[in-house]
Amino acid sequence: MELEAANAIGAGIACIGMGAAGIGVGSIFGNYLAAAVRNPAAAEGQFGRLIFGFAVTEALGIFSLLIALLLLFAN
Amino acid sequence: MELPDPIHQFEIKEIISLNLGSTNISFTNSALFMVLAVLIGCGFLLLASSRRKLVPGRWQSSAEMTYEFVANTLRSSAGSEGMRFFPLVFSLFLFILMVNLFGMVPYFFTVTSHLIVTAALSILVIGLVIVYGLYRNGLGFFRLFVPHGVPGVILPFVVFIEVLSFVSRPISLSIRLFANILAGHITLKVFAGFIVVLSSLGWYGWIAAVLPLILTVALTALEVLVAVLQAYVFAILTSLYLNDAIHPGH
Repeated sequence: MELEAANAIGAGIACIGMGAAGIGVGSIFGNYLAAAVRNPAAAEGQFGRLIFGFAVTEALGIFSLLIALLLLFAN
Repeated sequence: MELPDPIHQFEIKEIISLNLGSTNISFTNSALFMVLAVLIGCGFLLLASSRRKLVPGRWQSSAEMTYEFVANTLRSSAGSEGMRFFPLVFSLFLFILMVNLFGMVPYFFTVTSHLIVTAALSILVIGLVIVYGLYRNGLGFFRLFVPHGVPGVILPFVVFIEVLSFVSRPISLSIRLFANILAGHITLKVFAGFIVVLSSLGWYGWIAAVLPLILTVALTALEVLVAVLQAYVFAILTSLYLNDAIHPGH
């Protein structure tokens, strides 16, 4: 297989990881929203933790995006 | 017609060429926008606090809201003792916010789209956490890696995972900011490129180009949100890591 084609396929495969991170981020915000609707008084205090969980989950998706970008542009 | 190169916007250009021996220390467009961000950030705060009133005006209340926002974030995650790091966290927040928002202006350079800038910022934060943690707690700082109440059998694995997560912090802290901004700007550029390519096809291309135009406008709004959110994420993670340096026991 040509190197360029293999690069493009690899970048595509790396992007699957971003979908998985999308599931994780969706689950975090969905659960936050569900909890916030049940107890709106406590929602404000948990916003920092929401963002922290979002950032840590998103980092993993960003890593796979970085692999894709490296394959596409750094070679 | 070819799609414009989406990476071209991140090119560093020398404005004033300077060389120190064999080291290139030129004043680049990146440095220019860092200086502009610092000047405008400082100017905003100076202007807002120059005519202080008991009932704040628009400028003063916006500066006070920014101050309160960062102060509450830091106080809730690192405790009152963490407030001694407030100048650092506030400066980091305001600098990243200014630089990110500057990047949203067309033809402006985005400083945080370069890994070396964000890596320098995160090395500053993690270095401070390690140095201050060791200075304040001595070797007790390493309790950070040994959580309470873990059975002895799986303790080595837990310690290994804790060490691994600590080591990956500077990497994830820098790459998160960098990759978010980079990916956002590439996406914007690609969608804006679709408008140019489609509109070069003739009248039916003009009609079709409305779709990527709407998407570009929507993506610009999303990127402004991401710019603010990433500055906030950097500030809150800095506070949480400083909390580890102040209170290392879990």
